[in-house]
Amino acid sequence: MSRPWPEQVYQVLRAADVTQVGYVPDAGHAHLIARAQQDADVRDVVLSTEEEGVALACGAWLGGQRAALLMQSSGVGNCINMFSLLTSGQFPFLTLVTMRGEFAEFNPWQTPMSRATQPVLQAMGLTVLRAERDDEVADVVDAAASAAYQANERVAVLLSQRLIGRKKWTTE
Amino acid sequence: MSARVDRRAFVHAFVAGLESDALVISGLGSPTYDLFAAGERPGNFYLWGAMGGAVPMGLGLALAQPRRPVVVLTGDGEQLMGIGSLATVGVQQPANLTIVVLDNGLYGETGGQRSHAGHATDLAAVAAACGIADVRRCDHLTHAGSLADAAAAMAGPVFARVLVDASEQERVLPPRDGAANKIAFRAALGLSTF
Repeated sequence: MSRPWPEQVYQVLRAADVTQVGYVPDAGHAHLIARAQQDADVRDVVLSTEEEGVALACGAWLGGQRAALLMQSSGVGNCINMFSLLTSGQFPFLTLVTMRGEFAEFNPWQTPMSRATQPVLQAMGLTVLRAERDDEVADVVDAAASAAYQANERVAVLLSQRLIGRKKWTTE
Repeated sequence: MSARVDRRAFVHAFVAGLESDALVISGLGSPTYDLFAAGERPGNFYLWGAMGGAVPMGLGLALAQPRRPVVVLTGDGEQLMGIGSLATVGVQQPANLTIVVLDNGLYGETGGQRSHAGHATDLAAVAAACGIADVRRCDHLTHAGSLADAAAAMAGPVFARVLVDASEQERVLPPRDGAANKIAFRAALGLSTF
């Protein structure tokens, strides 16, 4: 595929019939958020904190729709107890997590949650996949969507900070 | 001191007034017991945990089922933990979502410690400030019927702060199997297990 990977990922989500997208604003997810906002068939739901998106996805599923949660690694920490809803109800779940604090990170405050992100997700029963290169992202997200919505799994895809690119720190 | 209403009587009257196709999510603790005590219905989902998640779960359901009334029935402590979700509802403006907070101003499940709502926080004012236009304060049993009518009208979102008394109620416990509840709920909507 020749399109940039963020657009590829959006196409994967739409092909998987995701029609609710919950998110906390994030530069790494900016394209997906903008596309969800433009798409008349998708409801974009800006959240005040990430755990709302876990409950939102379960509510969507109860009602017959598929949701995805877009967040940063720091947001995973906010979700920990709400993840118990996924296990207790055996809800399918797909989240895309942009990583901070692991590659060319300028802000040390991002590092503690970055290191805990994968262990925390696994401790709460989620399967964790990781995408490092732009030519594998769409494939990994597609695999995660299949596991979630066809095999009723709970899956997180970590999008590496090297993939996202270093944070631009402009002085304008 | 304003008037207070018996929570179980209010929920019973409210649920009795709902359309049969209404979908109801209850927050953990007493609201889950109150909902079950009002009679099992196929469109009920009982939370036993996930504190703070009742409203965002109701929002996802309301967006997925825009032609059905969706009700979130929860308590002041649960709503306080998910207080930001009122802001999220204020952005989405789901016409079919009605949020009913049974407010006794305390955490009944843990020994009756006073909640913020029992001190200083007016959750109805919070909901209004988040952009929910139809905000009600209910302190009488007769308000249950008009609240059920408002849920059926689907001209919301609606937020109701129901001032309930602090009396202990018999615990009437619905099943704790969330997966079974999910499957039965979806089956009632004609949806497959997954």
